[in-house]
Amino acid sequence: MSTVAADDHHDHVESPYSIKRWLFTTNHKDIGTLYLWFSLIMFFIGGFMALIIRTELFEPGMQFVDPQFFNSMTTMHAIIMVFGVVMPAFTGLANWLIPMMVGATDMALPRMNNWSFWILPFAFTMMLSTLFMDGGGPAGGWTLYPPLTLQTGDALPFVILSIHFMGLSSIMGAINVIATVLNMRAPGMTLMKMPLFVWTWLITAYLLIAVMPVLAGGVTMLLTDKFFGTSFFNAAGGGDPVLFQHIFWFFGHPEVYILILPSFGVISSIVPTFARKPLFGYASMVYATGSIAFLSFIVWAHHMFTVGMPLAGQLFFMFATMLIAVPTGVKVFNWIATMWRGAMTFETPMLFALGFIVMFSIGGFSGLMLALAPVDFQYHDTYFVVAHFHYVLVPGSIFAIVASVYYWLPKWCGNMYSEGLGKLHFWLSTIFVNITFFPMHFVGLAGMPRRIPDYALQFSDFNALATIGAFGFGFSQLIFLYVVIKAIRGGEKATSQVWENAEGLEWTLSSPPPYHSFTTPPVIK
Amino acid sequence: MRAYKWLLGICAIAGSANAEQPMNMPVGVTDISQGVFSMHMLALWLVTAIGVLVFVAMFYSIMVHRKSRGVTPATFHESTTVEAVWTIIPFVILVVLAVPATKTLIEMEDSSGYDLTVKITGYQWLWHYEYIDEGVDFYSVLSTPRSQINNLEQKTENYLLEVDKELVLPVGKKVRFLITSNDVIHAWWVPELAVKKDAVPGFINEAWTKINEPGIYRGQCAELCGRDHGFMPVVVRAVPQAEFDNWMAQQTVEETGAELAAVQQ
Ligand code: HEM
Ligand SMILES: [Cu+2]
Ligand SMILES: [Cu+2]
Repeated sequence: MSTVAADDHHDHVESPYSIKRWLFTTNHKDIGTLYLWFSLIMFFIGGFMALIIRTELFEPGMQFVDPQFFNSMTTMHAIIMVFGVVMPAFTGLANWLIPMMVGATDMALPRMNNWSFWILPFAFTMMLSTLFMDGGGPAGGWTLYPPLTLQTGDALPFVILSIHFMGLSSIMGAINVIATVLNMRAPGMTLMKMPLFVWTWLITAYLLIAVMPVLAGGVTMLLTDKFFGTSFFNAAGGGDPVLFQHIFWFFGHPEVYILILPSFGVISSIVPTFARKPLFGYASMVYATGSIAFLSFIVWAHHMFTVGMPLAGQLFFMFATMLIAVPTGVKVFNWIATMWRGAMTFETPMLFALGFIVMFSIGGFSGLMLALAPVDFQYHDTYFVVAHFHYVLVPGSIFAIVASVYYWLPKWCGNMYSEGLGKLHFWLSTIFVNITFFPMHFVGLAGMPRRIPDYALQFSDFNALATIGAFGFGFSQLIFLYVVIKAIRGGEKATSQVWENAEGLEWTLSSPPPYHSFTTPPVIK
Repeated sequence: MRAYKWLLGICAIAGSANAEQPMNMPVGVTDISQGVFSMHMLALWLVTAIGVLVFVAMFYSIMVHRKSRGVTPATFHESTTVEAVWTIIPFVILVVLAVPATKTLIEMEDSSGYDLTVKITGYQWLWHYEYIDEGVDFYSVLSTPRSQINNLEQKTENYLLEVDKELVLPVGKKVRFLITSNDVIHAWWVPELAVKKDAVPGFINEAWTKINEPGIYRGQCAELCGRDHGFMPVVVRAVPQAEFDNWMAQQTVEETGAELAAVQQ
């Protein structure tokens, strides 16, 4: 398979300034780079929307935007961050790293790889263009619940089509990962010798293939309800609006693990390097990832405790959800055991990894609280939930992505980044992310619902604080942009190994690595 | 105004919780809400304790096991015993949480033996209440003036949490709610009663409460329902039975009066 792929390639590398190179590329590194830049651009667009939201929420009263526009900001912000930032960033990392980590030349299906990336800019342009349509952008929340979502104006079919495109792109990316990992490993690299990043991505890819079609089915049913007279979700026609929620969350809960499992792989690569000690409990990490993936299919209705489920259903989903805390705990304990009695240094990737461990755990703790059905009646649809998922997603997934960029950037571009600026970026991000999201626990508990453009006076102090934090966090990310560009353009040359104790095949290649990673398979000890 | 906000923000960082700015779940005024509150506090303290243990271990390691102190790294990388222990202990903790949670949930779901039924219907963007057996019904709409929302006028104490006509309920009686919607999904929520239930068009959900103390309890719609989702509060006024009976009698008179007037026209 690898020879077929290699034959298709030209050996020379076109100039980075040629549009054709990027448009027609089938090279895993080029495509990885495209994904990562796309993700960073979307991160700033989605972040800009978040700042519009936080600006309106700085004080009680309506100051800047119309409530309908506010709702479309929360909706678009979420869709962009989930489908346009975290997922493409991980696919970008997979593209860059998986062939190098398993000792392959490239991804198994290079042409499909090109497609799966180039669909995305079209999908998101279409999605963003709906903001200018009659009736405005989608404003029913990223969860797209009918009947509300069916009240969307001209935007609806475009939003649904763009979601189909995003799904298609993810599925193709996932198939590629599976094909690569299962077929292109260097001789001697058994499954249980694969780096954890590869393992977590393999499992993520299966989750993607399993649930993206479910989402596609759900949104298609929305489409036919709106335009073709079906009544899947319309009680007056014999349908059930809650059915959509079941479909959505059957996709949605595995989706949140799609957003976090590759991070687990990243953290499991970074911590051992900087602790100068092998990862503790490799096998249990693999099994924990597998159990989390399995459990993620049987907990979906914990997002729906208030829709009116039978007692037995609520109990089942409560117990199943609580169980997820066990393998998640195992992961955290293993990372700490890896650090234990190591010889740690604290370069930027390690700082972000440590920040991840602490703050992701905080999000896991609130997740455990949310799992308790009777108490979730109070938490549900409040800012407490907003705090929960932002802790797992921002200092969780996003920190893991940023950590990976700092960790592998010297490998990718051959230059070291500026350590001082990296550390500054870490500290500012950590301080501001907590100023932004920690107070949301308080207002949520005190009774502030989510997705509201204006609020009662007793919530004002913490909201003002969260807005200050959000601006601080947003502007700190400009440092990141600067550091990355600076490193790409030059700087101290990186060695092949880059980090003193880095282990894995990618560190045996030069920095930057050759255009086709391993033309002869490496030998695995 | 802005400067004052920033200052308050900084005070909040310093941890000086303002009395008027609550930061925890209300204990509430029903047996259920109190059960839920203690469940919440139990879970909160438990995760805090686990968090402290885990993070102390982690920070100890960060402080001590660092290269700059000249340590040589150990090489261990697995231990079945340790791994079994930290799988089993969390499991036991979960059981400790699951038992009271199950109990509270079972109580919440038991709406038998009610004294009064109120049908609640969500509309974009107001609530409709109907005392089914008494034949009394009315709409309940946000009463905060637009001028306050648009910052033309000073905001008053119950900004966005006040309505033209409150839902009046007797204390000490088990009230059953039948909740539905006329358009999109809403959720009827009063934190101090620990009642939150979705209002789904075409379906009827059941919830109940038994309020222990007279008072006014404010909540909001909790499910995104469109443009004015943030502007459809719920206000419950709980009064002693006698007062409730008076109020009800007056409503009945008013309603029949209105109906008579309508018939006579
Ligand atoms: C210990 C593990 C976790 C548990 C027990 C847990 C539990 C929950 C529960 C019960 C809810 C529903 C709350 C409600 O709406 O009332 C929820 C919401 C959510 N969780 Fe988690 N969670 C965990 C980890 C994660 C992770 C790792 C992610 C993603 C990286 C995540 C992302 C989300 C998101 C995005 C929502 C809100 C979705 C929405 O309503 O828009 N959670 N979680
Ligand atoms: Cu979930
Ligand atoms: Cu609402």
